[in-house]
This record gives sequence, structure tokens and C-alpha cells, in this order.
Amino acid sequence: MSKSNAVHKHNQSFLALIKERFNAYLLNHAHGLFSSLGRLTRTPFTSAMTILVLAIAIALAGGFYNMVANIQQLTGNLEASNQMSLFLKDNISEAMGQKLADQLRQHPSSESVRYISKKQAMDEFKLNSGFGDALSALETNPLPSVILVQPKNALETDEDMQRLMREFKQLPQVDFVQVDMKWVERMQTIMSIAKRAVFLVSILLGLAVTFITGNTIRLELYDRRHEVYISKLVGATNGFIQRPFLYSGFWLGFISGFLAWLIISGMFLLIESPVEELSILYNGSFQLRYLGFFEFLILMLSTSGLAVMGSLGVLHYQLRHLKPQ
Amino acid sequence: MLRFEHVSKRYPDTGEVLTEINFDLAKGEMAFLTGRSGAGKSTLLKLIAMMEQCNRGTIMLDGQNVSRVSEHKIPYLRRNLGLIFQDYKLLNDRTVFDNVALPLIVSGVNHQEISRRVRASLDKVGLLGKEKKYPVALSGGEQQRVGIARAIVSKPKLILADEPTGNLDPDLSNEIMLMFEEFKHAGTSLLIATHDIELVHRFAYRVLSLDKGHLIEA
Repeated sequence: MSKSNAVHKHNQSFLALIKERFNAYLLNHAHGLFSSLGRLTRTPFTSAMTILVLAIAIALAGGFYNMVANIQQLTGNLEASNQMSLFLKDNISEAMGQKLADQLRQHPSSESVRYISKKQAMDEFKLNSGFGDALSALETNPLPSVILVQPKNALETDEDMQRLMREFKQLPQVDFVQVDMKWVERMQTIMSIAKRAVFLVSILLGLAVTFITGNTIRLELYDRRHEVYISKLVGATNGFIQRPFLYSGFWLGFISGFLAWLIISGMFLLIESPVEELSILYNGSFQLRYLGFFEFLILMLSTSGLAVMGSLGVLHYQLRHLKPQ
Repeated sequence: MLRFEHVSKRYPDTGEVLTEINFDLAKGEMAFLTGRSGAGKSTLLKLIAMMEQCNRGTIMLDGQNVSRVSEHKIPYLRRNLGLIFQDYKLLNDRTVFDNVALPLIVSGVNHQEISRRVRASLDKVGLLGKEKKYPVALSGGEQQRVGIARAIVSKPKLILADEPTGNLDPDLSNEIMLMFEEFKHAGTSLLIATHDIELVHRFAYRVLSLDKGHLIEA
């Protein structure tokens, strides 16, 4: 009875000790987090320079990304359209055009067909282009009439499309055939190159963030080597010694990530009104996109993460070589 | 507590600094380590503090072989030691309290316990009430006492002092030595490296003398 009591008591005090150590550990971390922030403010010029360099590098990558995302948004609604435009010869009358359109509606490969007469085309162009009055001055209508054919979705392969295109091309009324998809495809290829470029630039600038932070931490470690020696002599582990430095690295990444976000937002804010004007000129309703919350989160996480990684690499190497004399 | 067996240490550029060192230091024993500059006193202390590794022999500290120890164990073994230096090795941008608390902070002691033990340590060296001061605001003797408070705060089994009175006048040296005697009575072992012969004579403790790397016990 008394023995089990003693064991129980021993277990309890052991648990209490673990709890106590854990609390001390947490307190240590909290202290490291804020004291390292305080140290950054103690050398304001150096810290500001480093953070600015990091922020510019991050903003370059992030800004490039958002630019591509904007263009992507612009071309986004063109996707999946494999509509064919059949431009009719000039001598084809409206009635003949309508007749051809009716024929094409019966075609097994066509999903929907729309006829646009010369006049309709002109009206539409006047309305949308903003050249309204200038166009009225023209004596003859230079626009051809068009039949828009939306092929069935079953026509997915390129060859099917090519075959259909050749078939339409041979119609005597048709001047030439244009597939919208061709340039959508080209656009998409350009976009995929741009996306890859964003990826590569991000990797390069991410490496820059890692190395710049690592080097900054190396210098800080050198500045405080006296403290490192003394801590080692009183029994501090490398893990304990590196903690405040890791937090410094974290803050560098975190603050410059946030600053980069501000820079990117500022840049897009500056080009927003000219872009809007341009969009109105083209009669569009293009909305400039900014980094979303999720993207902001990724930005902060990756910059903080890369900065911590850079610091960790340097600390791991340096602390083994910094030995008290 | 501490045992040297056939310990030799050689540096690549200066040759053999310590040759065949053998001695024992019992629990609660105090001994002086003397010898001229360059006789190997500092090297001997560095071997115990695991700042250097010996080339031959074994050093046992409280049952642990510290001459062959893996890098990651060193911090934990060092916590059994109290180190005192001639140049005090204090952190000048931290208060007296924080300096003394350092060994406890690194070993994860909780806040209340740290506060209690730092005060107890400062009380022992007569500096209670100066916790909030910075080292530069203190005299040399006071700074050394801060160093001593830091060395005893984690209740080490062995205190190593490298020329602890080297920068102090005779009165202050005496004071420090009386403090060391108190620790000895409390059961702590002490090894004090000094070239202050007068001090060694005044306090008649065991003397380990180094001469060109050889140990001669008086």
C-alpha cells in the first residue's frame, strides 16, 4: 500500500517535472521569438537593407507570377472554343448565305451554326469598336459575311478538325476558313512557357532568399560568437544556441515576404487605372487581379520557410566549427 | 571525482604540452594547479572542460569518460562543471541576473526556480541587490564574483578556475579564496589554476605543479 503510494507519488513528481520542463521550453521559444525581433530593430539600417533586398527579390517573382496570372485570366475565356469562322466570298448574297447556313445545320459534324450578314457584321463592329461614326463615312461595307460553325464535341482530335476544315474550304461560296482554336492554342503555348518561366524565376529568387538570409545569419553569428562560446561553456546544446538565430531568419523571411506583398500590390495598384482605360478602349471589362488570400499565405509560408532553411543550413555548419577557445 | 590516467596532449605546431599526467581529485577536495605560463595549466583545464581532446590516456569525471566523448553529449556533461575565468567571460549586454541565470536557462529550468537559485547564488557571493546592473557598471572584483555566481548556480560537482584572481588585488583574491573554501565545505571539488605563489602558500591546500608538461606533486 505504502509502496504503491510511493510509486504513485514518484510518477506524479516525474510528470510534474516533465510539465515544468515543457513550460520552460515554451517560454524559451517565446522569448527567442520576440528577442530576435528586438535584435533586428537594434541594427535598424542593416536589417532594413537586408529586408529590402529580400523583399525586392520576392516581389520580382511574385509580381511576375501575378502578371502571368492576369494574362491567363484574359485568355481564359477563349479556352475550349474550337469555333470555325467561314468567311464567304463577296459576291454571295444574304439569301445565298442563309441557305448555306441552313445546309450546314444539317451537317452531321456541326453542333450549332450562326449566320452573320455583312450588315450585321458592320453593326456589331460599329457598336463594339468605338469607330462608329468613322465607319458610317465608308461608302461600301468592306466586311465579309460570316458563318460561325461550332463543331460537335466529338470532334476532339486535330485530324478531325483538319478534315472538317478542308471540307468547308472546298465549298464554292467560302472564301477562307479560320479556326479560333489555332491561335488559342498558340496563346496557350505561350502561356505555358510564361508559367514555366515564372516557376524558374521563382526557384532562382527563392535560392537568393535562402542564401541572402543564410549569409545574414552567418554575420550575426560571427557578431555574437562571444555569446555562443560562453553558452557552449555553460552547457548549451547547439539546438539551444541556434534557436534565436533561426527566429531571426524567420523574421527576415516573414517581414520581407509581407513587404514584397505590399510592393506587388502597390505595383498593380499603379497600373490598374491605365489597364482599365485600355480595357474600356477595347470595349472589354477586364478586372485586374491581385494576389488572393491563399496566394498571400503561400507567399508568406514559402519566404519564411526558405529563410529558416537558409539559416538552418548555415547554423548547422557554423556551430560545429565555433568552438570555445 | 576527477581522475587523470596517463594523459598526454600534443598540438601539431607546439609539440607535446602534457606528458603522462596522473592524478586524482576526491569529492570535496580543493587543489591548486601551478606552473609557469605555458606549462600546460590551461590545456589541462581545457581537457576537463572538453574544449580539447587528449591524444592518449583517460580522464574520468564523476564516473564518465570525458576524454572520449561524442560531440552531442558534451553540453550535458559540461553542466556538471562550473567554469571560472581570469577574464570573467561575462555577457556585457545582459544584466547580472541574466548572466548568472544562463547555465539554468540552457538546461531548461523553469522561471521560478531560476529566479530563486540566481538570488541564492548572488547572495553567496555577496552581490544580492545588483541583479539589474550590467557587468560594465561593476568593479573587477564584483565582475569576478558574478562569474563565480554563474559557476555555482547549477550546483556543479567540480569547479574549474583558470587564474580566477589574476586580475584582482590581494585583498579581493583572499575574499575569493574564502568563498572557494565555503564551496569546498559544501562538498564541491575545486581545481584552481594559478601562478600566484603567495596565494598558494597562504592557503595550504594540495598543490599540483606542472613543469614543461610533467606533473610534480609537492
